[in-house]
Amino acid sequence: MQKTVNKASERKAAYIFILPAVVLLAAFLIYPSLQTVRYAFTDYNIMRPDRIVFCGFNNFAELFQDKDFWIAVKNTLYFTILVVPFQTVLALALALLISSRRRGVSIFRAAYFSPQVTSMVVVAILWTVMYNSSPDSGLLNALLVNLGLEPCGFLNDPKTAMNSIIFMSAWQGAGYQMMIFLAGLQGISAEQYEAASIDGAGKIASFFYVTLPGLKNVIQYVVMITVIQAMKLFTQPYVMTKGGPQNSTRTLVYYIYEQGFQKRNFGYACAVAAVFFVIVISLSLGMKKIIKAE
Amino acid sequence: MTKKKTFGNAAFYIGNTLIALIFVSPLIWMISSSLKPEAQIFKGLNSLSTFIPTEASLNNYVEVFQRINMWKFIGNSLFYVLVIILLDLLVNSICGYALAKFEFKGKNLLLTLVISLMVFPAEAIMLPMYREMADLGWINSWASLIVPFVAKCFSIYMFRQFFLDIPDELLEAASIDGCGPVRTFFQVVMPISGTVYATIFILDFVAHWNDFMWPLLVVTGEEKRTIQLAIQTFFGSKPINYGPIMASLTISAIPMLLMFIFLQKYYVEGIASTGIKG
Repeated sequence: MQKTVNKASERKAAYIFILPAVVLLAAFLIYPSLQTVRYAFTDYNIMRPDRIVFCGFNNFAELFQDKDFWIAVKNTLYFTILVVPFQTVLALALALLISSRRRGVSIFRAAYFSPQVTSMVVVAILWTVMYNSSPDSGLLNALLVNLGLEPCGFLNDPKTAMNSIIFMSAWQGAGYQMMIFLAGLQGISAEQYEAASIDGAGKIASFFYVTLPGLKNVIQYVVMITVIQAMKLFTQPYVMTKGGPQNSTRTLVYYIYEQGFQKRNFGYACAVAAVFFVIVISLSLGMKKIIKAE
Repeated sequence: MTKKKTFGNAAFYIGNTLIALIFVSPLIWMISSSLKPEAQIFKGLNSLSTFIPTEASLNNYVEVFQRINMWKFIGNSLFYVLVIILLDLLVNSICGYALAKFEFKGKNLLLTLVISLMVFPAEAIMLPMYREMADLGWINSWASLIVPFVAKCFSIYMFRQFFLDIPDELLEAASIDGCGPVRTFFQVVMPISGTVYATIFILDFVAHWNDFMWPLLVVTGEEKRTIQLAIQTFFGSKPINYGPIMASLTISAIPMLLMFIFLQKYYVEGIASTGIKG
């Protein structure tokens, strides 16, 4: 008897406990997602929110003809493909540098992590100033000239603008992944290293035969979250380049913002958003599948 | 052997010091420039002295506070971020607890939903969200900055994982003492779960302190302007003096720095646990 009363009161409590989260998720995650899909099939313009006309696959047809859309896809993928390995390797290198029980390690850890504690907007503004294309007012060009190299256009040159954003983003973000790697490195037991060294493995060999295999799951996880994060690139181009020069840093999310809020083509922007969503979700599902399959 | 050890130690400290200095040099330059008179900032960029302010003063900081209401913008950000966090801690912890410890219809469905929505890119739905805010009359209000971000699948999942490890015997004991499930949660479970609350607190703080795109869309005037919007606006407003700009960047980094210093342990644990459990 007592048991059934408990079960009933437990069920009641459960529904009370999940209610706020479920209502909020439904209202601000599920509902707008469905609306994205709905608007994607309309000619919704933000200036006339009361006249929304269904237009079938027009937006998607237009999208595939839209050169700017494909440039945004290309830029987003370019950023992702370069920043992910660069940032991951940098993070792993930093983690290896300080995975030691020596005193004062926490100071170095804090140093490598510090760009992460500074917000992306701060970092983006700072680097915009540092990337100034003149050696007289740009810190990095002054350095290049000092080293006897040619000054670089950085953000002003369509050839180097995205690479400049990649370099800065990896610097800002590596601290986060480094923390995950550090935790992963602690999970590898000292015995494994000892065994490797008894077998005659040097530092480099034990890195490849002990460290890397031991970190496999962590690396997969880090790559996955970095890919998803990279696909959402917006703040850096917004603050640093406004998508330029010559569209070289205009990303998918930037394009959604531009179409929806500056050009007011809400329906069209929703179509872009829907495609963006499909790309991100298939990437993350794909990576999860690969991880599971192993 | 000891010689080898000393060498290893020296290599460790010297190597890390050099790399760390290079790594943080942009931030050192930011702080150094914020203390310099405008004319000095771009002088001698090609020498190491650019990182050392010789005529240091706080004039740039004074100018920032004279030109814009920095306190208000920091206050705005602190306010809405803290409200999000408090609501997040309540709403998502009870949901996570229900998923961990209660039996009810639809539990598995909800759990699947929570896990699959964790990677949901919010950027994909911001247009209809904006429309929703407009329909609710929430544009340029605290509600638009706060309410949509209270329920978070990631937090629910983290809470659930934590609560799974709480022994059932403890809950049964409370129930025998006459505690209902709701009271058990608030009086028995919550007080022993400080770690997970602190972890979510700091992860949330860092995430929302950085909010940029959404405030850019829904905040229109100075009244609700967040710190990130404020420094971005300041960066583009005339007269463009780099000393005050660097000062504004430095100021805006301080709250997060303080938060990090105090809650560092939980932040590190939080990041680490997402990686290992994830």
